[in-house]
Amino acid sequence: MIRVENVKITFNKGTALENSALQGIDLSIPPGQFVTVIGSNGAGKSTLLNILAGELRPDTGKVIVDGEDITPWPVYRRSAKLARLFQDPRAGICENMSIIENVAIASARTSPRGFRIAITSGTRQLAKERLAVLGLGLEKRLDDRVSLLSGGQRQALALIMATLGHTKVLLLDEHTAALDPTAAELVMKLTDDVVRTLGITTMMVTHSMRQALEYGNRIIMLHQGHITVDIGGDQRASMSVADLLKLFQRKEGTELADDQLLLER
Amino acid sequence: MSLYAFIGALETGLAFALVALGAFITFRVLDFPDLTVEGSFPLGAAVAAKLMASGTDPWAASFAGMAAGCLAGFVTAFLNIKLRIMHILASILTGIALYSVNLRIMDRPNIGLINIPTVYTYWENLGIPSLYVPAVLLAIVVVVAKILVDLFLSTGIGLAMRAAGANPRMARANGVRVNLMIALGLGIANALTALSGALFAQMLGAADVSMGIGVIVVALAAVIGGTALMPSRLIPMLTLACVLGSIVYRLAIALALNSGAIGLTASDVNIVTAVLVAVALFAPGRNFAFLRRGVRAGK
Repeated sequence: MIRVENVKITFNKGTALENSALQGIDLSIPPGQFVTVIGSNGAGKSTLLNILAGELRPDTGKVIVDGEDITPWPVYRRSAKLARLFQDPRAGICENMSIIENVAIASARTSPRGFRIAITSGTRQLAKERLAVLGLGLEKRLDDRVSLLSGGQRQALALIMATLGHTKVLLLDEHTAALDPTAAELVMKLTDDVVRTLGITTMMVTHSMRQALEYGNRIIMLHQGHITVDIGGDQRASMSVADLLKLFQRKEGTELADDQLLLER
Repeated sequence: MSLYAFIGALETGLAFALVALGAFITFRVLDFPDLTVEGSFPLGAAVAAKLMASGTDPWAASFAGMAAGCLAGFVTAFLNIKLRIMHILASILTGIALYSVNLRIMDRPNIGLINIPTVYTYWENLGIPSLYVPAVLLAIVVVVAKILVDLFLSTGIGLAMRAAGANPRMARANGVRVNLMIALGLGIANALTALSGALFAQMLGAADVSMGIGVIVVALAAVIGGTALMPSRLIPMLTLACVLGSIVYRLAIALALNSGAIGLTASDVNIVTAVLVAVALFAPGRNFAFLRRGVRAGK
């Protein structure tokens, strides 16, 4: 479903701040796989996600999604194939618009928008059905402004919005990191349920080792712009957070410098 | 206030309601402060007057002015999107350039329309008293324009435009071509503004190159004042607030200037407007604690 071929990107080329964020990434993700991506700050996790989403263009290499080379495609065009959840719960929705308006904007993502009235009884029916799955009662608040929702509810709404239409690939950019622990747990569970039910190919960047092990079926570790660990199947299933941490330390070749990873084990 | 003064304020308010609807799209929906209107308002008037002076049907001439205004909006969009000039600066550049363009179009600073049939002439021939014709006709045009704007903003493209203004990153991630939406919004807003200019010039009996000065402030007074008086989050209510804001603004100005007691003259219009806009920008949502404290101390 996703193929990344020899992707390289360097920021601030030719200056003192030159930073080779990705130094030749090769990655192939089959349809339906749920990949978690870990790594310390500056390892290239977000850069990889941004290259997939189209916010960054690689210096060299190709990004192929669903059989099409989308490397030169701008963000709006890619959205027909892939959807994204941001870390900031305010980033993925329009706060001053209602739930149903947000859903209508998102549901038109994979089909052309036209001069027809956007919110019909059909849109409302669809929104009700899909939001009911969350069990948060959002389906009864379709005309409420999104600014009235909590961070967790917003991310849950953004999750449903991202999986409307014919989304092939879902990109999760630390989408529970800005939430309180209870809300983070809830949103993560909902994400897992929705992704499994719809069989969407998913890539999740996370800071939490536990999250990376508990969800999905493959772990990728990035270090200094390279993929250093890539494990799935039985090896991953038998792994504990402590094992993963040890592996991480060995690959980094240093004591854990990243406090956040320790805290979130 | 005399009947003449009242009707005069009403018809001017209605004419500028079209500019206010455009400013609602740029200022409120797209979050794009568009000063192109200072040039596209007289542009609509200039194009319409030039065409009418050479015998074109007044409605056809007005719509030609409208099309010219739409192009002016696209020029601002081009400067902003392609040349990456800051939005407000891009619109100022277009507005200032249009001053010369308007002089070229008219070949002189103004064109009189006194003895030329206008859009109002036909209605006068129907037997409606000529005093009321502009108000009636403009009211019809404004209602139609308001309904069309409401309908547009509820379509898929309209909703995409609102998202593009409210959260461009989210809009892009949902497949919205944000730049296209900016261009489209500026085109529509300046078409409405130019139509307003064309209809206003025909009412006034002349198109003048300097008639655009202060248009943006008047439009903002209508949008900001109107939505401050009638807060809502429903688009049809907000556009209604803009239309009513435009009329109320004109009536308030007429009242202030006619009362005589306050000692204001016509030359004070601009400072009164600026103060009104500043108050309308400041007031909504404030609890005026400093005022209440005074009241409590008085008890």
